[in-house]
Amino acid sequence: MSMPTPEQAILKSGSEGAVADWASDRETFHVPWGKAMMWIFLLSDTFIFSCFLIGYMTVRISTPVPWPIPSEVFALTIAGNSIPLVLIAIMTFILITSSGTMAMAVNFAYRGDRKKVVWLMAATALLGASFVGMQAFEWTKLIVEEGVRPWSNPMGAAQFGAAFFMITGFHGLHVTAGVIYLSIVARKVHRGDYEKKGYAIVEIAGLYWHFVDLVWVFIFAFFYLW
Amino acid sequence: MSDSATDQHPIALYLWIWLLLFVLSTFSYLVDYFNFQGYLRWSLILLFMFLKAGLIISIFMHMAWERMALITAILVPPLCLLVFLALMAIEGDYTESSRLLFFTAPEIPAPMHH
Repeated sequence: MSMPTPEQAILKSGSEGAVADWASDRETFHVPWGKAMMWIFLLSDTFIFSCFLIGYMTVRISTPVPWPIPSEVFALTIAGNSIPLVLIAIMTFILITSSGTMAMAVNFAYRGDRKKVVWLMAATALLGASFVGMQAFEWTKLIVEEGVRPWSNPMGAAQFGAAFFMITGFHGLHVTAGVIYLSIVARKVHRGDYEKKGYAIVEIAGLYWHFVDLVWVFIFAFFYLW
Repeated sequence: MSDSATDQHPIALYLWIWLLLFVLSTFSYLVDYFNFQGYLRWSLILLFMFLKAGLIISIFMHMAWERMALITAILVPPLCLLVFLALMAIEGDYTESSRLLFFTAPEIPAPMHH
């Protein structure tokens, strides 16, 4: 009477069934699985950075104390002239340049030009490292010379320090992780580890790196320029 | 592995985008340098920011060549952040108004204690 359909007959139960159900032969994203997973990770990271930026917006709106003017706080005196945001501008150009070298590395990876991939990825990692170095300089200047702390600062609203250290610190951590990640992948490309597997890994690492640049675009606009 | 036709783009495309990002960054820096204020400042900052973000996502991250399923899975969910943003803007305004109401110095100066 109630014969199980062929589909029901092969359904397993319990944890084995759960694995079988999730692994059933269905594919939504026609990309290498690593690339889909990197995109989903970046989506979650988008939410984290957005929460930080929205938190910063909230404290900045809600304080009646004037917010320190970033243009003045981050000015550098070069040859006697105070130039607003000059270090931040240089850091922005460095990160964009590193995104450009990374995009070209991905392109050469798919063309199978290993030597150029290694050089371009090494250049990307080096530019990233110099970005982190400049950030360390900026933090030192702010902490030692300007007396900015997460709980207070001499320039205005006390929340400035907490927002600054949290947001730029988390971004700097991402850049640092990216430099390490790119160095590892570049080394493996150099060794020829991906000759059989294909070079999707370079594009996946590239996605992460471009995302770090993308986040900086938003930090630059909302924290430094606003 | 040529899932997104990435191997066919000429290098020149990336160099052009790179140059464009440089120019846009220079523009957004100039907004601060020329000290534009008010709505002009905010709209220019947002304009350059969105243009840069769009170029990075669509070209550098190859989103322009992905299939619709992936594009929507990644780009639609962040839209709910706009709701969060609006809620927190309202909340922040409310907090500021209550702080101004209850925590500002009284008109008559208080007697000095020290």
